[in-house]
Order: sequence, then C-alpha cells, then structure tokens
Amino acid sequence: MLQTNETIKKLADKFGRKEESLLPILENVYEQKHIISEDDMVDIARELDISAAKVYGTATFYSFLETKKCGKYVIRICKTITCMMHGKNQIIKELEELLKVNLGETTPDGLFTLKETNCLGQCHKGPAMLINDAPFTELTPGKVRDIVNKYRQEEKQVAS
Amino acid sequence: MKEQVNLKIDNLSVSVDEGTTILEAAKKINIRIPTLCHHEDLCVAGNCRVCVVEQAGLDRLQPACANPVSEGMEIFTNSLKVRNSRKQIIELLIAEHRAECTTCYKNGKCELQSLTNEYIVGENGFIPLVPLKGYTVDEFSPSIIKDDSKCIRCQRCVRTCDQIQSISALTVAHKGGEMKVSTFFEKPIYEVVCTNCGQCVNRCPTGALTEKVYINEVWDALYNPEKFVVVQTAPAVRIALGEALDMKPGEIVTGKMVAALRRIGFNAVLDTDFSADLTIIEEGNELLHRLKRALKDKDPDVKIPMTTSCSPGWIKFIEHTFPDMLENLSTAKSPQQMFGALAKTFYAQKMGVDPANMVSVSVMPCTAKKFEANRPEMRASGYQDVDYVVTTRELALMVKQAGIDFGSLPDDDYDSIMGESSGAAVIFGATGGVMEAALRTVYEVVTGREVPFDGLNITPVRGMENVREASIKIEDPVPEWDFLDGVEVKTCVAHGLSNAKKVMEAVKSGKADYHFIEIMACPGGCLGGGGQPLPTSPEIRKKRSEAIYREDSGKKIRKSHENPEIVQIYEEFLHEPLGHKSHELLHTNYVARQRY
Repeated sequence: MLQTNETIKKLADKFGRKEESLLPILENVYEQKHIISEDDMVDIARELDISAAKVYGTATFYSFLETKKCGKYVIRICKTITCMMHGKNQIIKELEELLKVNLGETTPDGLFTLKETNCLGQCHKGPAMLINDAPFTELTPGKVRDIVNKYRQEEKQVAS
Repeated sequence: MKEQVNLKIDNLSVSVDEGTTILEAAKKINIRIPTLCHHEDLCVAGNCRVCVVEQAGLDRLQPACANPVSEGMEIFTNSLKVRNSRKQIIELLIAEHRAECTTCYKNGKCELQSLTNEYIVGENGFIPLVPLKGYTVDEFSPSIIKDDSKCIRCQRCVRTCDQIQSISALTVAHKGGEMKVSTFFEKPIYEVVCTNCGQCVNRCPTGALTEKVYINEVWDALYNPEKFVVVQTAPAVRIALGEALDMKPGEIVTGKMVAALRRIGFNAVLDTDFSADLTIIEEGNELLHRLKRALKDKDPDVKIPMTTSCSPGWIKFIEHTFPDMLENLSTAKSPQQMFGALAKTFYAQKMGVDPANMVSVSVMPCTAKKFEANRPEMRASGYQDVDYVVTTRELALMVKQAGIDFGSLPDDDYDSIMGESSGAAVIFGATGGVMEAALRTVYEVVTGREVPFDGLNITPVRGMENVREASIKIEDPVPEWDFLDGVEVKTCVAHGLSNAKKVMEAVKSGKADYHFIEIMACPGGCLGGGGQPLPTSPEIRKKRSEAIYREDSGKKIRKSHENPEIVQIYEEFLHEPLGHKSHELLHTNYVARQRY
C-alpha cells in the first residue's frame, strides 16, 4: 500500500526518531532534493510520529528550507534597509532582466530561483546577496552579470 | 507547603505561593488584568502582550501572564505607561484583524471586541493591513469555519489542538509578518486530521474559528407548512443553555428549554436522552456479547476492550490515529444518530408522518455532531437521518431571535414517544457518565441485582481526573451469564483526546487489560463540548458536571432498561437488542483514515 520513502527512512535512522531530529532531517531533504515536498513531509511525520502540520510549520518557519520547487541555485538578495539604501532595487532589476524571471520565480531551465531575504549581516558591504551558501557583497549591476555568467558557464562545463 | 511570596499590586499587599504569576496574584485580590492569548486550560504563551504591567525598578513592561511573582515586587496594573501601551497593543491587533464587528458571528461575544470597547480604540489607529494580506476563509467543513482575516495569532487554538487533544491539526506556519495559524499545507480543515471537536472554537478569542451555523436552515424548515420538524436535545444542553441566556453556570433549564423549543415552533420536542438509554441497551448487550465470545467461546477474533462510540470527535480521532483498532469500537451508533434513524422510521410510522416530509433537527453541545450527521453511513432510514445540527450556542441565539424571555418561561415536558428518559441517560453528558449508565444496566442484567453502590452512584468513574480506572467483581450471576462468575470487569474512563491517546497506546502495547473503555473527546465530556456556551474553564465545567449529577439523582427512573418507552420500543418495533432491526438502524461501521 504505502511505498517506503528510503531517503526519509535513512535520515531518520541517522538522526533518530525524536522530535528534535526534525530540523536536521528537513535540512538534509532540502539539500538532496532542493524542495521539501508534501509527500516527504508526510513521510517525515510518519517516521517521527508527529503531526504533519508540525512538520509543515517548522519547514515554513525557516526561510532556507523551501516547500516549493526551487532552482539548483537560490539567489537571495538582502531586502533590509541598509542594502536598500545601497541600491538593492537596481540589483533586483538587473537580475530579473538577466534571468528573465520576477522575484520569487525560478528560471525555466531550473537553474536559478530569485528571492529576497532578511538581513545577511553585510550592512557595511551592501548591497549583498547569497547564492546558495556563498555570499556576494558590494554588488553592482555589472558585478551581478559576471557572477551569474560564471555560474552558467560552470553548469555548461559540467554538462559537456 | 509552598513558600509564600509577598508583593504589592497597585499598592495593595498580597501574599501568594511561590511560582504564582502576576496575573494570578492580581486575580486573588480582584484586580482584573486583560488577557487574550492566556487561557486557564492552556500553557503560557505570552504573545499578545495585552496583559503588560509595570514593575517598579524596571523600564520594560512585563507580561503578567508569563512572569512569576518575586519577594518585594511592586506592580502597577493601571499606570499611564501601562494604559498607553495596552491601548497601542490593541490598536496594533485591530490593524491586522478584519474588524467588521457588526457582521461577525462573534459580535458581542468577542474578547478582542470587548477590549477595544474598554480602551475606546477609535478609528485613527494604525493603517489596516487586512486588505493587503489576501486572507482566505475556509468554509468547506460541515463543522468549523476558519477565517484567517480575523485571527490575531494568539495561538490558543494551536495549543488546544496540541495539549488538550494531542492532534496538532493546527500549527503556526511561516514567520514574522507572514506568520499564520495553518493546517498541513494550508489545506481545508475537512481534508486534514481535524476531529471537528470544536475545542479551538471554544477558546478562540475572536471570530477566526466558529462553528458552521445552521440556524437559517432550521427556520426555513419551521416556516415550511409541509414539513414536520422534530427536535432532539442532548443531555449536556439542558445544563448549559442558561449560561448563554444570562443565567449562571450550573443551572438546570430542561423545562424552560422544552418550552422555548415548543414556542419556536417545532412539531415535536423529543429527547436524545431517550436514545441514550437505547444506546445503553444496545452497547451494554454488545459488551456482554463480546465478553461471552472472549471468555466462554474463546473466540480469537473478538476484540476486547470495547470502547464507547458516542463521541464523534473520538470516532474521527481513532479513525485517523488508530485505524487498526476500529474493531474495538462499539458498533452502536451515537444517541443522536440512533434517534435520527428511529425518528424517520419508528416515530414517523407511529405518528403517521411521511418521513420524506420530516425534518430532523438536533441540539448538541458539539460541533463534531454536525460532521457526524453528514457521514454517508448515517442514512439508515432511507433519508439523511439527522438533517441539521445546531449547537447550544446556536439554540440560545434562536431563542433570542424568537423574542422569548427565557428566564420567565414556565417548565414544560417533552412530547411522547421518544421523550422519556432515565437518569442514566442524563449523565451521558459528563465524563464517566456512559460508563456509569452502562454498568447500572449491565450489572443488573448479569446478576439480577442493582450495582453495589450507594444510591446507584458509581463514584469511582466520576470526577475530572484525566484517566480513571474502576473494576467491578461479578458474583453470583444468573445462569445465562455464569461464565462471568468471579470475573473482575475492568473499566477505564478518559476525557480529552490526549488522555484517550495514552489509554489506547497502553491497550495497543498490551500494558492495559481493560474490558470496557469510555472515551469522550472533550474535557469534562459533552458538558465541555465544542458547541457549549462561552467561556469555558475548569470551574465552569465543574458546575455543569454537578448540575448533571443533580439532574440524575432527581429522576424517578435511574436505569436505562427501566425506561418504559425503551421497553415499549423493543416490544413494538426492535424486538430484541442486537436484533435484525437494531443492526439495520442502530449500528454502524467505521472507516480507516490517514494518520498524517
């Protein structure tokens, strides 16, 4: 009837089946799949024997855990006041044109997702953004173009 | 004894136990500090901030609900700083709340509304955020409506669902400005593990969670001259209805309620207590039947313990949580549904009414009953057995709409047939009541003697303790039940689904060897049901419970099997307990549901 979800089962074996294992399991699922899907949440709830709503609540609380399908690279631009005064709106505009998506969307090739984030703690070097775990600071439209191109080229090399 | 702590609140000295909160200490000297997220039944949250008070020597205001007292503390609950902050906090809450009070079902009963009233919150507060947020209203459930635009995120509902019911169908999702009370993946309530118990509705301070109202449907039926409208009233309604009509908790208003229903225009005012007595006969016989199969025939397929099946919140809970234990549930329908099935068959025949033209209404202390009436299994009469379920709160509103001065009504009696009941039926409304009622009958069936308790009061199963155990030793049974000689029948009573879960886990793991378990989904049993008048607290539930046992002891007939109308219906219609007709009309089956 129910197919066992090997990914979740392995993670539960590794981190344990207590409620406090929820966060490391969610982090690992996201790392592997770039999304924490509805089905995976149900399976996590089953493994830990907690309510599915609780899993959902935890997954949606943390902005670095995504419950909707995201690109391989998630670009997060700091939206807070210092970066705004340093011109983050121009950076977003540049990225939107470069990637041909609006804020919150993913490119059709599944490579990039564009998002805003709360303060990255780089106020002295704004505007700042993260691409997955890598920070980029003192951004200008030109710098952003170079960064995105670098990522695109790396992808091409991997593919070929 | 706990150490005493001395402090001053508004320059008045007070001495309280160590660990008492500022809020409780103030209450002790009759100083009321306003609250929203705080609830006596729940753990401290401290998120709404309306209970802030000033503490001498500290710059920051402190939430009174979350701070314990300390020696020499000086608290001011009404300083200028406190008043200004509180007003601003209320204004901030209002900015995120769809404050269209005149069109809200909770108008006049909303805790946020009464605070805005007290603090004279005008129109010039903060910019309303509601139009910017794109809120949704979930109206798909037959029991509960969730309107996010009225939610102030106090999380009483989330704590209720988790702590009292151990379900956590509701959770807090997202954070900061986007934070909301949500189900799993923001699905409609009817699609998730919600049991419809309505305990969240009972504790919501605003109109964000309410029952689905069927008042207009009932009036439509009453105004339709072609319809014959019967009404049944649950045991726990008669001891709580008064609270919603300006009376004190614990007043018994059975006679006035019957009079009001008759004035409202119901063609027949009948009693769920009648079918509660019938439930005892059916369920009691089922228990004996199961015991016989288990102990005498050594049938390995029979499931012991048997659990009660009256509480629809409990039924949906076990369907979700222990889908492999559904065979432990008694197959007997709840009194509401037994009544419904009989109203459109037996009663309709007797009265010469075409069941197609009959509208069956029930007044329940319960929101889950609305769901139960809509279950596809509940059409044994060939029609929907119970058409509309209104809560105690909705009935109170109907009484007001009809312009009835409830307090001055003379007492009236139920119609016959299906209006007579025993004291055993009345106590269905309290936790332990179904157990006590069943034991009164079963013991007598087996031994031919009354239960060996003073005045038929089986006190070990009464009270408000979370889980109660009691056992009765069968001695000297009549020949038919001789295999029960010397058997100690072990029973267990639990109320609130978190307690039910503990009991069922003990049964599942083999740690408990009960024969019969009574479970009611709501704290205190039906008297604390999700459709009862607001507010709810341990003290109010205790008063309702006392009223129920008072009503029982005042009844001439105290045992279900002695109810003459029960005797009559078996002679004329059902013929025998667990017989063919009973199986057709009075028993049901259950569905396994998703646990997560």
